[in-house]
Amino acid sequence: MSFDPMLQVRDLTVDYIGENAIARAVNGISFDIAEGEAFGLAGESGCGKSTVAFALARLTRLPGLVSGGSIRFKGEEVLDFGPERLRKYRWNEVSFVFQSAMNALNPVMRVADQIKDTIRAHQPRATKADIRARAVEMFDLVGIPSRRLDDYPHQFSGGMRQRIGIAIALCLNPRLIIMDEPTTALDVVVQRDIIEQICGLKNTLGFSVLFITHDLGLMIEFCDRIGVMYAGELVEVAAADQILTAPRHPYTRALGQSFPPLTGPRQRLDGIAGTPPPLNALPQGCRFSPRCAKAVALCSTIAPILQTDPAAKGQVACHLPL
Amino acid sequence: MPPAAVTPILAMAQVNMDFGLGSGLRRRSTLRAVSDVSLALHAGRALALVGESGSGKSTIARILARLYRPTSGVISHLGRDVSRQTPTELAAYRRTVQLIFQDPFASLNPTRTIGYHLERAIRLHKPSLAKPEVRDQIDALLTLVGLLPARSFAERRPHEISGGQRQRVSIARALAVEPSVILADEPTSMLDVSVRLGILNLLADQKEQRHLAALYITHDIATARYFAEDIAVLYAGCLVEQGPSMAITDAPQHPYTRLLIASVPNPAHKITGTAPRRAQDIALRGPDSLGCPFASRCARATALCQTVMPGKTAIAPEHFVRCHNL
Repeated sequence: MSFDPMLQVRDLTVDYIGENAIARAVNGISFDIAEGEAFGLAGESGCGKSTVAFALARLTRLPGLVSGGSIRFKGEEVLDFGPERLRKYRWNEVSFVFQSAMNALNPVMRVADQIKDTIRAHQPRATKADIRARAVEMFDLVGIPSRRLDDYPHQFSGGMRQRIGIAIALCLNPRLIIMDEPTTALDVVVQRDIIEQICGLKNTLGFSVLFITHDLGLMIEFCDRIGVMYAGELVEVAAADQILTAPRHPYTRALGQSFPPLTGPRQRLDGIAGTPPPLNALPQGCRFSPRCAKAVALCSTIAPILQTDPAAKGQVACHLPL
Repeated sequence: MPPAAVTPILAMAQVNMDFGLGSGLRRRSTLRAVSDVSLALHAGRALALVGESGSGKSTIARILARLYRPTSGVISHLGRDVSRQTPTELAAYRRTVQLIFQDPFASLNPTRTIGYHLERAIRLHKPSLAKPEVRDQIDALLTLVGLLPARSFAERRPHEISGGQRQRVSIARALAVEPSVILADEPTSMLDVSVRLGILNLLADQKEQRHLAALYITHDIATARYFAEDIAVLYAGCLVEQGPSMAITDAPQHPYTRLLIASVPNPAHKITGTAPRRAQDIALRGPDSLGCPFASRCARATALCQTVMPGKTAIAPEHFVRCHNL
């Protein structure tokens, strides 16, 4: 596999500053996203997935603080970007679709004007005719009739508004789209349509995706590779089809067993016992060890590091990989 | 499914529920939110009601909880029509049929302790209990739902515990009055994935041990299959298919059930980005709407489907489908 990392994240660390304490929400994680690749970040609520997404977009706000590491986009250090370079980076190069994208539209503005504002803010030299043509093109891409461009957000269903959010994310032809729970608020049939459409657009336009969702089944269907996060750290990175069928980290396996299947016998599943540790009281050694059925003395003293796994193409951070 | 001869604990027969759209003098039209729905809940069994947003799932739960009076149709408890209940019987009914809601934060009073919530339920059910006995019962309930150490949880307030723990408190409160029916309306949809199974397993264990009848409302057909013996599929207020969970998910018969199952994320498949678009708005139905509610989206729809609502066709003894084109 030729690997041309468009995005290269190294030892990224994000803290949340409290009055008396600092919580390390993301603790030195490293991963790459290649040109045209869909990379997923999986894990329980609070594991730091969204914090990573915000940091990549340089959207981290106090009390959050990117306190270490590097984010390289096509070789350039994103953390060093000044305001002008950042404006170009955001939306021209990297754009975002959040769960609430459908509620992020301004209710008193026609959607065409919202697309126009986006283009104008990031490409000040675009002409009126260019912008209108681009808006029509975007609506065609996401499958909404362009005669509806002059409608207001409330005239669209939730699924259509989410598609408009995707259209706005695509309108400057970015190379990477960060999608944080893009379909979570939608019904399954609508979700299926939108995810198929995103995949079709990705194949046509060739952008990369960082995909975050709590729905592991959906993530495995959509992504090429998946990174599994636990308590602010990456514990496994593997090809998407390996996550359920050949997990290497006990946490990955437990996460996979938290989803009742739609086929096979009806049988009891136990999921993952316990809860993730609070960030201000992390256990010694491996952060998963208190919940891990396979943990030995070593696990509660020395933290395993993410290492390339010779048996597979992925990486795993475990003393006793499965 | 038990034979039809067994009297269900709770049942609804040919229930319709209409809501006026618009308000007061500007009332423009009538929405039929529930259309000719019949279903039965049996002791020790769970029925899952599956459908998309707006299909009428929660309305059915509210009708069964007697929070709504249906426009027409009969609700019966142990074979007796509930519309004839005296106020005392209604109070008893409200104890015996317990609702568990989606949002465990909204359903607990933020200024009161967990112990207080349970104490109220216990005292309502057994007013004669002395204080130490109430305390023992609180501890027993918290232990039952896995909130340990029980004393420590009893003294906490809702904001001091997690969403999954709050939902466990809701379950403990429902069990405190020793109900015979649990109506759980999306009890896990606001919880983290890793916590969901724990809540479903807790409900399943209590259903078994206490021989409870359960209605499980969800948009997630995979958890429906996991938790419930039977599944009923709702579309635009109409039950389009009902049967044993395995039969519904392994061999769905109604075109809508098939679409729903094909849409569920499936890790065994890979998205190609070439599938045709299938989603459409669900057409709202009124009391005078004709034909099958799914006809406008159905590839197999004929002229008959547009005009006549299909009747129930039995595929197997306890599996029926409402479709003209089987």
